[in-house]
Amino acid sequence: MVVECDHVWREISNYVDDDVDPALRAAMEEHFKECKHCTAILDGARNLVQLYGDDRMFEVPLGYGQRLHRRLAGNIGKSRRTFIGWMVATAAGIFIAGSYELARSATSTRDNLRSELAHFSAPVPPDLMVVVADDGKVFHGAAACPFIHDKTKVKSLLAREAVQQGYTPCVRCMKQYV
Amino acid sequence: MPSLPGPPPGTTAQLTESDSSDEARLIVRVRDGEPELFYELIRPYERRVYAATFAILRNPANAEDAAQEALLKALKHIRQFRAESRFSTWLIQIAVNEARMRKRKENSDRTEPITQNADDQGEYKPRDFADWREIPSEVLERKEVREKLSGALTSLSQIYREVFVLRDVQQLSIEETSKALGISTASVKTRLLRARLMLRDMLAPGLGGQWSSKFSFSKGEKPW
Repeated sequence: MVVECDHVWREISNYVDDDVDPALRAAMEEHFKECKHCTAILDGARNLVQLYGDDRMFEVPLGYGQRLHRRLAGNIGKSRRTFIGWMVATAAGIFIAGSYELARSATSTRDNLRSELAHFSAPVPPDLMVVVADDGKVFHGAAACPFIHDKTKVKSLLAREAVQQGYTPCVRCMKQYV
Repeated sequence: MPSLPGPPPGTTAQLTESDSSDEARLIVRVRDGEPELFYELIRPYERRVYAATFAILRNPANAEDAAQEALLKALKHIRQFRAESRFSTWLIQIAVNEARMRKRKENSDRTEPITQNADDQGEYKPRDFADWREIPSEVLERKEVREKLSGALTSLSQIYREVFVLRDVQQLSIEETSKALGISTASVKTRLLRARLMLRDMLAPGLGGQWSSKFSFSKGEKPW
C-alpha cells in the first residue's frame, strides 16, 4: 500500500491518535521516511498535542476557585435552609392538624355540659364507678351523698361515661376532683 | 497565577478504579442530602469546566460566570446523572451547553459565522512545512509563548476550538467529545484534524526558531 501526501494529511490526526488500521499505519510510516514535509507536519501535530495538553498551558483567572466556592456555598446554604424550612413547616403543619383532629375527636364524643356554669372536671379515674341521678347534673362517688335529692332514681356508671354524658363531679362527695 | 489542584499532565481524563468508586459514593451522598460534599466532588474538574466555557466564550469573565452557572446546574440536577457517561463528561457537557447558550445570546445581534456544516468546506491543506521536531516544553515557562499559543487557539472558529479544547486540552476521548458537543464522531475527527493543522501552520514557524512576527495572530484574526 502506497499513500500520497494528500492522503497522509487527511489521516495524520488519526495517526497521532493511533486510530488508523495497521496497513495504513505501515504505509504512512514508509511515507514519512521519504517525505520531509509530511514528517514536519507530523512532528508539529504531535508537539501541539503535547504543548496544549500541558497543565501550564491553561491558566484559570486569579481567585477563580474561591469565587466559585463562595457562589456554591451561597446556593448550598440556601437550598439547605429551604430544605430545613420545609421540614419545620411540614412538621408544624402535621402537629397543628393532629392537635386539631385530636381535639375534635375528643369533643365530638362528649355531650354538652348540662350546666352553663360548669366546666370539665379535673381528671377523674375513668374506671371509677360513680352514680348519677336522672334529673341531676353531677355525678357522685356513692349513692349516699346528701346532694342526691331523689335516691330512687340513681344509676351507676363509669366516671368516663358520666363525663361523656356531660355530668361534672359533685362538689361535696368528689371535691378532690373539682 | 495560581492554578487549581488537578491531575498531572497527560492524565487529566484518567481516573483510577478507586477514584471512580470514591466519586460514585460522593455522588450518592450528595444526592441523598449532603450537598456540601459537592465541593469535593467537583474539585478535580473545576479547571476543566472553566477551560470548556472559555473555549467557547473566549472571555475570562464570561467564561468564569458560565462555569459557575454550569456547576450550580450540575448540583441542582445531580439526580439526573445516570452514570451512563463519566461524571466529568457530564459536567463538561453542561458547561458546553451553558457557554453555547450564552454565546447565542451574545451573537443575537452580532453574528459570528458559526457554520455547522463547515466540515464540508473541503480539505484543509497544510501551508507551512517548517521543521518542528523539538518540543521545547521549557518554552511554556515563558508567558509570551503561552500567550501566543492561547492566541492561536482563540483565533480558531468556535467549532474547531471547542473540539480541540475538549480533545487535546481536556483529553476527552473522541466518543466523549462527540457526546459533550452533540456531534458525530466523524465530525469530531474532521474538526480535530483541521484544528490541529491550522494551529500547526500558525505555530510551527515560531517554535522552529524565534517567536517572530511572521505570523502575528491577534485576537479574532484568521491567517488562513
